Amino acid sequence: MDLFEYQARDLFEAHGVPVLRGEIATTPDEAAAAAEHLGGGVVVIKAQVKTGGRGKAGGVKLARGVDETRERASEILGMDIKGHTVHTVMIAEGADIAEEYYFSLLLDRANRSYLAMCSKEGGMDIEQLAVERPDALARVEVSPLVGIDDAKAGEILEAAGFGVRDGVMIAPVLKKLWDVYQEEDATLVEVNPLVKTGSGKIIALDGKITLDANADFRHPDRASLVDEASSDPLELRAKERDLNYVKLDGTVGVIGNGAGLVMSTLDVVAKAGEDLPGRPHPANFLDIGGGASAQVMADGLEIILSDPQVRSVFVNVFGGITACNEVANGIVQALTMLGGRATKPLVVRLDGNAVEIGRYILREFDHPLVTVVDTMDEAARIAAELAQEA
Amino acid sequence: MSIFLGHHSRIIVQGMTGSEGRKHTQRMIMAGSRVVGGVTPGKGGESVRFEENPVPVFDSVADAREATGANVSVIFVPARFAKAAVLEAVAAEIELVVCITEGIPVDDTAEFFTMTKGTATRLIGPNCPGLISPGKSNAGIIPANIAGPGRIGLVSKSGTLTYQMMYELRDIGFSTAVGIGGDPIVGTTHIDCLEAFQDDPETDAIVMIGEIGGDAEERAADYIRDHVTKPVVGYVAGFTAPEGRTMGHAGAIVSGSSGTALAKKRALEAVGVHMGRTPSEAASLMRDVMSGLRV
Repeated sequence: MDLFEYQARDLFEAHGVPVLRGEIATTPDEAAAAAEHLGGGVVVIKAQVKTGGRGKAGGVKLARGVDETRERASEILGMDIKGHTVHTVMIAEGADIAEEYYFSLLLDRANRSYLAMCSKEGGMDIEQLAVERPDALARVEVSPLVGIDDAKAGEILEAAGFGVRDGVMIAPVLKKLWDVYQEEDATLVEVNPLVKTGSGKIIALDGKITLDANADFRHPDRASLVDEASSDPLELRAKERDLNYVKLDGTVGVIGNGAGLVMSTLDVVAKAGEDLPGRPHPANFLDIGGGASAQVMADGLEIILSDPQVRSVFVNVFGGITACNEVANGIVQALTMLGGRATKPLVVRLDGNAVEIGRYILREFDHPLVTVVDTMDEAARIAAELAQEA
Repeated sequence: MSIFLGHHSRIIVQGMTGSEGRKHTQRMIMAGSRVVGGVTPGKGGESVRFEENPVPVFDSVADAREATGANVSVIFVPARFAKAAVLEAVAAEIELVVCITEGIPVDDTAEFFTMTKGTATRLIGPNCPGLISPGKSNAGIIPANIAGPGRIGLVSKSGTLTYQMMYELRDIGFSTAVGIGGDPIVGTTHIDCLEAFQDDPETDAIVMIGEIGGDAEERAADYIRDHVTKPVVGYVAGFTAPEGRTMGHAGAIVSGSSGTALAKKRALEAVGVHMGRTPSEAASLMRDVMSGLRV
């Protein structure tokens, strides 16, 4: 899960990383009140969106005093930045910036370890820096067992070209950012910019954190970080039922078992739809997981059938652990429960564990909306044809 | 031969007394695996009956190894206990540790993977279906009845795609099929398996299944160019995955231009891998490869 900047700021503060005071607001009046709390001086109003480039898009503005804050906030709230609507702004103290640096700590999949990246040239787009001036971006491996201690902090800062005087000031901040990374179970902690103020203080001015969802069980307070306002309602409903669902923009509903097979199903459906009118393509990703029960299957089907964009559904199951009779029973259960409200055709391909019983159950059920097909390619073709525009 | 797992494998199951552990131990035994013990702390001295045969339970991996001579451990413990379970098996110098458990925090995996490096243990997984050398041994949850022994080696991140591909090529059969797991950090990579299949006299051709995210497939392509002379057929899932969204596997996420299915497909094609756009297309390419080899 990616966090908003203000959520990252709060986690930084909780772990002793120096940050500026900031408050969030969802209305211009709240923004004005926040400016007043912060002393009524110069503030920065920052759109809270989970995408880059908000500065260029006009999502970050300076304001002097309460009235100007209200005005600027009303301009930013509701703005669309790369498809993300701004529901919240953060009102932060203005900073006296002398220098801007870059620091991040992330999971390095290629080396199966952690990686720190650091540069004296922060503030700009770091991907651009990495391409244009790779020497200016230091990359240092961080052991998952040791993390960032004094020695590692020194190594990172030296590699980035910092002198001893700055290094002494920055090292403690890097150690605290390691605490954030490890104690919060993050896979990314990025500070851009990390600034030095006119008086020589080091402050994390903007932060980006990605949390590892697998570690949710260690962090019971995380539920409050979920952004319900911007989440797709079907995705929220799926999450409540522990289903692995991602909304896409097509018309063929897809449900299957195992992430790899479902991803592959999306591809096969997209390929089957390529030459059809309106190019029907997948409406979603839904993985019912290994060993799914009839209930899980019925829950999944119900979510897909309630998506108004869906015109046809492709159920693709290769029973390894999952038994095809459970899948078939789930289909029967969902269609029986929905009764006349179920209007969309289902194309079902079952193979593997208990396939004969599964197919038998569907044959006996003999529902006019259900077509059972032998192969994945053929089923995808039929599902795509059923979803094409009339 | 086959790779990593064979007639010589003596398997213990960590978490055998749990419901998943028990169910899959039963299946492994039915598939002909030699399961010599289970490990559940506090239940040492008990035994679990499978059909008519009792399998002893030990308190620790070290006890189990000493009593049974086990050289493989398959781990079914819940995610929160997985790190301790892996480290226990590594400390007991088990040669092959197969971690089936899904949902392990990546920080835990990063730690136990780092501690496994440089030891005598090969780690497979986590979040994987395990591996099977049909007709010899099965360590994990791959259904043994999909395909029999043969001369194709298979490596895949995904469990169900492994099953699908084995099913498509069931008439030809497999030396070993390895599900390496879909997490961002896994103990055994595509490259490790390619290396082992290249060296395995019982493997004639290799099918490699990848998916979006990371650069493992691109690195595998470099390795194939330099080291693999056996024919390789490939398939990559996730052409239609949107950027920035996790697709079930913690590793399956596209960020920016790197990690896309198209980039991976091109990298593999460039080194002579026969790439299918769908599983059935890949299977048909493998069929051509195998009939070419027989001529």
